[in-house]
Amino acid sequence: MAEMNGNGNNLARASRNLLGDIGLPTVIIAVFWVLTLVAGHFVGISMSTLVSDTIKRAGMNGILVLAMVPAIQSGTGPNFALPIGIVCGLLGLVTAIEMDLTGMTWLLTSFALALPLAAAVGYGYGKLMNAVKGSEMTIATYTGFSIVALMCLAWLMIPFRNPKMGWFIGKGLRETIQLDAVGGAQILNNFLLFTVGDVIVPTGLLLTFAFFAFLVWLFFRSKLGIAISAGGINPKFAQAAGLNIDRNRVLANVVSTILGAIGIIVYSQSYGYAQLYTAPLMMAFPAVAAILIGGATASRAKVSHVVIGVVLFQGLLTTALPVANEIFVGTDLSEIMRMIIQNGIILYALTQVKRGVQ
Amino acid sequence: MDGLNRNSNGAGSWILENLVTIIFVAFTLFGFMVSSGVSVGYFFSELSSRVFRNSFLVLSLIIPVLAGLGLNFGIVIGAMSGQVAIAIARYFEMGGLSGLLFCFAVAMVAAAFCGYFTGKLYNKTRGQEMIASLIVGFFANGIYQFLFLFVVGVIIAVPATHPMIKPDGIGIRMTVDLVPVKQGGLKYALDNIYQIPFVHALLIVAVGLLLLLAVRYWLNIRKGRSYLNSPLSLVVNGGLCLAIAGVAIHAMVTKSPLMMVRKVPVVTGLLIIGLCVFTVLIMKTKLGQDFRSVGQSQHTAEVSGINVDRTRIIATMISTVLASWGQIIYLQNMGTLNTYNAHTQIGMFSVAALLVGGASTSKAGITHAIFGTILFNAMFIMSPEIGQSLFGQAILGEYFRTFMVYGVIGVALGIHVWKANKKSRIMVE
Repeated sequence: MAEMNGNGNNLARASRNLLGDIGLPTVIIAVFWVLTLVAGHFVGISMSTLVSDTIKRAGMNGILVLAMVPAIQSGTGPNFALPIGIVCGLLGLVTAIEMDLTGMTWLLTSFALALPLAAAVGYGYGKLMNAVKGSEMTIATYTGFSIVALMCLAWLMIPFRNPKMGWFIGKGLRETIQLDAVGGAQILNNFLLFTVGDVIVPTGLLLTFAFFAFLVWLFFRSKLGIAISAGGINPKFAQAAGLNIDRNRVLANVVSTILGAIGIIVYSQSYGYAQLYTAPLMMAFPAVAAILIGGATASRAKVSHVVIGVVLFQGLLTTALPVANEIFVGTDLSEIMRMIIQNGIILYALTQVKRGVQ
Repeated sequence: MDGLNRNSNGAGSWILENLVTIIFVAFTLFGFMVSSGVSVGYFFSELSSRVFRNSFLVLSLIIPVLAGLGLNFGIVIGAMSGQVAIAIARYFEMGGLSGLLFCFAVAMVAAAFCGYFTGKLYNKTRGQEMIASLIVGFFANGIYQFLFLFVVGVIIAVPATHPMIKPDGIGIRMTVDLVPVKQGGLKYALDNIYQIPFVHALLIVAVGLLLLLAVRYWLNIRKGRSYLNSPLSLVVNGGLCLAIAGVAIHAMVTKSPLMMVRKVPVVTGLLIIGLCVFTVLIMKTKLGQDFRSVGQSQHTAEVSGINVDRTRIIATMISTVLASWGQIIYLQNMGTLNTYNAHTQIGMFSVAALLVGGASTSKAGITHAIFGTILFNAMFIMSPEIGQSLFGQAILGEYFRTFMVYGVIGVALGIHVWKANKKSRIMVE
């Protein structure tokens, strides 16, 4: 009997440990996703389409979510200024179009142009984050917003002449640029694309995501990466151990901004359009929500959180849209659900931030 | 305008402190220089109606700042409560003054309820209230849309023939006409009660401010606090009031273009003044002192027996309720309810206006709010004109205006935190 009780306790503890490791938000979202999938099955929505879309959307958002990891690990909190990286990526992308490149050359040139730009801008942003320690998240948000608004002016005034992206009349770039015109739409997705049954697997896209996820994973196993994490966990201790916290934080934000730039290029090619002007304004929030759903907190994050989070969040969004439209005709329940889940999870994470009374 | 004229140590620090204000003054003046298309009458008509529309909302931000909660972007929740009240009134076709009072009452209950939970949330996210207030606004927007796009129609049956319900019978339309007050609606229900010409209002305000200055000067001397009287600021403020009064009298005598400016709603103005007085008076009560001590140091307040959590919740509730009323005042002036957009920008614009007036996350007063609202809206009117006249594209000015809103908030918050960090570093060393 006693043994049985002990076993029962162990089991309870084991399940609690499992839950503790995975985290309540992750479980809730996962259960919710399974429920929508079941509901979708009963209203007769093709499962293979849902799975294909989930894979595609997880892949296209993955690197943007990955950009959160260095920022969180270094102690600056989730990178709410992701739009900064995003506009760098977009700038690289449109410059490559202006150079009249197409196909793979266009894509690689976009990366090559965006990278140094994002590194330089990320450096400045990291410096700013060091100056405003304690209120990073609020100021990051408004820095991101300001840069997007400033870039709205830039898109309008930039002296690019390529007819593929100009307005038919007037100056400036179009709000959405079709990447078909440069042979760039789904260029990564279609690389080694294959189908299992009816499920489409965009190999190139997944490989790209996996490659960058691996790089970030590797980076946080290097000496520098560990130093950055240490500074994030306990700045005072790390400082006493002789680490240069401020420099590490700047470096982490440079990496984060670069990932944001690469992420938007991968996103745009999969989407088929590059969205300029105010489109990047709110893009940080879904990315932050995704990594939090994956089990990260505002101060700790792993690459596994990114993968779990982006699949769950994008999976839920992809499934909810057709299912909700089928069940409640004439409503836009999935968008409402996205707002509530996305912001609810960020609020939940904020309540978990441990910080002393000022 | 005390905030502007207060002496600081050194010109450099003064400039840094008022950087945002200085940029705005320069920008608006620059706008007047380059654009020829703006007539004085048009400018002041726009400005006065915008100021009367927005002041109440901006004033609702002051109490949370004093209670140490920072800038409450969560006033959008108050705004949504106000809109729920207006939607109910519109649905049951209530209007006029009684309809408006009904809106105020319903909004107060809804906003107090929401404000209570927002306050609880802020207590759980201590030190991160501002980002939490921004996100909770987005979150509440989701619930608001759930209410207006799903509950109305799917759960609560409504007739599809009602003018504010979408033709398919589910959800509320994008724009809802609030029906002019003469036909029993809510449009101008407050503004149309009594109106006076702009120049008269200008004269009254100038004379009123002058009297206020004199009374304050006299009171300070009588209570033996004459050190509070700065002759310089008295001369500057008095001079400004006299100048405004002079302009008003000149306009009346010569029938200048200022006489063409749209009339001014008296009752709305009185409500705004009433809120100013309320804000000043509440800070003199026990509750107000609690706000102030919690704002200065939560720890000290806790030790001296103040219930910090409760005080912060009350501050949030007051702010949310005031914002809901502010939104009702705003909407009765607009005349249409932009169901899903009217509230989204309110938080940012109001915060930007307050910061433009010279406030920061820990310091705000009614002068900051009123002066900021005037200056911010002046910039808002001039931006498209500048874009048009300098670059031939009005849209450019509009993008620039958005940039200014976000930039102002970013710069003002950044400078504040940077200075606070520098100070604490010096103290540690």
